[in-house]
Amino acid sequence: MGLENIYTELIAEESRNPENRHHLASPTVTLKGRNPSCGDEITLELEVENGVVKDASFTGVGCAISQASTSMMIDLIKGESVDEAKRLSEMFLGMIKGDITDDDALEDLGDAIALKNISNLPARVKCAVLSWHTLDNALEEKKE
Amino acid sequence: MINDAQEFRKDFPLLAQNMNGKPIVYLDNGATTQKPESMIHAVCGYYGGCNANPHRGAYALSVEATDIYENARERVRKFINAKKSNEIIFTKNATEALNLIAYSYGLSNIKEGDEIVITISEHHSNLVPWQHVAHAKGAVLKYIYLEEDGNLSEEDIQTKITEKTKLVAVTQVSNVLGLVNPVKEVADKAHSVGAVVVVDGSQSVAHMAVDVQAIDADFFAFSGHKMLSPMGIGVLYGKEKLLDAMPPFLMGGDMIEYVEEQTTTYAELPAKFEAGTQNVGGAAGLTAAVDYLEKLTFDRITAIEKDLVDYALPQLRELPFIELYGCDTKRDNKTGIITFNVKDVHPHDVATILDAEGVAVRAGHHCAQPLMRYLGQNATCRASFYFYNTREDVDRWVEALKKVREVMHLGA
Ligand SMILES: Cc1ncc(COP(=O)(O)O)c(C=O)c1O
Repeated sequence: MGLENIYTELIAEESRNPENRHHLASPTVTLKGRNPSCGDEITLELEVENGVVKDASFTGVGCAISQASTSMMIDLIKGESVDEAKRLSEMFLGMIKGDITDDDALEDLGDAIALKNISNLPARVKCAVLSWHTLDNALEEKKE
Repeated sequence: MINDAQEFRKDFPLLAQNMNGKPIVYLDNGATTQKPESMIHAVCGYYGGCNANPHRGAYALSVEATDIYENARERVRKFINAKKSNEIIFTKNATEALNLIAYSYGLSNIKEGDEIVITISEHHSNLVPWQHVAHAKGAVLKYIYLEEDGNLSEEDIQTKITEKTKLVAVTQVSNVLGLVNPVKEVADKAHSVGAVVVVDGSQSVAHMAVDVQAIDADFFAFSGHKMLSPMGIGVLYGKEKLLDAMPPFLMGGDMIEYVEEQTTTYAELPAKFEAGTQNVGGAAGLTAAVDYLEKLTFDRITAIEKDLVDYALPQLRELPFIELYGCDTKRDNKTGIITFNVKDVHPHDVATILDAEGVAVRAGHHCAQPLMRYLGQNATCRASFYFYNTREDVDRWVEALKKVREVMHLGA
């Protein structure tokens, strides 16, 4: 596995993209996600109304993989229903675990498909899934 | 002299291996060292030729296992120059040794309102146990902070340790900054107010000659695996008078004298603190490791590590994108640990990129989160040398570092 397949230009640039990196004016859920062993730490903010993720953003620090993954996730879920966000999350986790390998089946993940090769880098899997796990927890919290 | 280390490399089978298709450059010795063949043979020899439960059987094998175990104790005593071999307690690792002190000495001697003083550069293993004791007993946990150059603040040593201080815990070498702390001075100050001093020797014993009497440590803890030995064997040294007065930590077999239905009397030192079947194979390995180090001598070990640091630092300083921590000490106390960051690149990405080049470094908070926060860093990378590293290893590391920003599409 060459590094050029991990640190693609898209991932490197997305990891530094400031667009989704801010606070929301009125988040309905704010949740911290952490990988204590790495020091990755993100705070996800969601504005969920009538079962729709109206807006989303994040703040925090971490490696390029966790930061790019978080930013791409926000692009994907913004404007989608909670159910759709959960479906995408399942798809993303399936991709990283190596359970779903067919690119056609992953089409809905858009740019986030760029993270597929992380499934070959076991040490970094938890960086890629941090934001999605945090999203799952945040959406669960929302339901209660 | 320079590539002296080459001659030792043949003793370490793992160093002949590749990592990601390249000869391994192992620069994570602060986490654990590689193992010499002689040590591996000693462990195999024990299990293949003399394995029995020590202390328990009246037969020749058991006596032999007991001898191997007690011989290790005597070797360790000499190695750190303890007065008596019953001051050497075997544990699982440094962490267990430090917990033994906290649970046994700490919980029974520290009272509400007392103060415990530690330094901001402690590893979690010499920090969390003291937090626990402070919380449990209503004591106050105070910190000695650092000078600009990463050394312990002289002023804090003199002012934070007061009449209220009952225990001072300090690492002899910080696993992040790689600086030797003035533990004798800290011990003198602690003793002047009647406090005991706990020295964490995890990053020192394998790299420099340690004399627990000369530094006047009341307790001294270290792990075997950071000094050529197997994982799962560690050492607690304690002054006999203190250990004698302490209650047992773990209870059960081998640490008793008489057990009645309702009461028990405990064994003498060191058995009092060694409950259950002990790690005799680990002790056999530790003996072989001490043999190896004593034959090599610490004069040579420190000279090699110093040469590597002196060779690496100017090259790293040439690279405008490298940030160094603990490398500007005003004293002559730098060990073979170099902590760094690559500007604009997270340490984990740096480690992944070096890994692809066959270079093993550690990335993260190094089990020292309060220190990281104090340094204003979320995480760092750490390269840590041992005597089998070479200037060529340094070259490979520096070359790999030059690729990091390019891989991250940041330009050179
Ligand atoms: C300074 C220091 N203290 C304590 C420890 C804990 O050692 P162990 O995990 O072997 O118990 C370490 C190891 O990382 C260390 O560097």
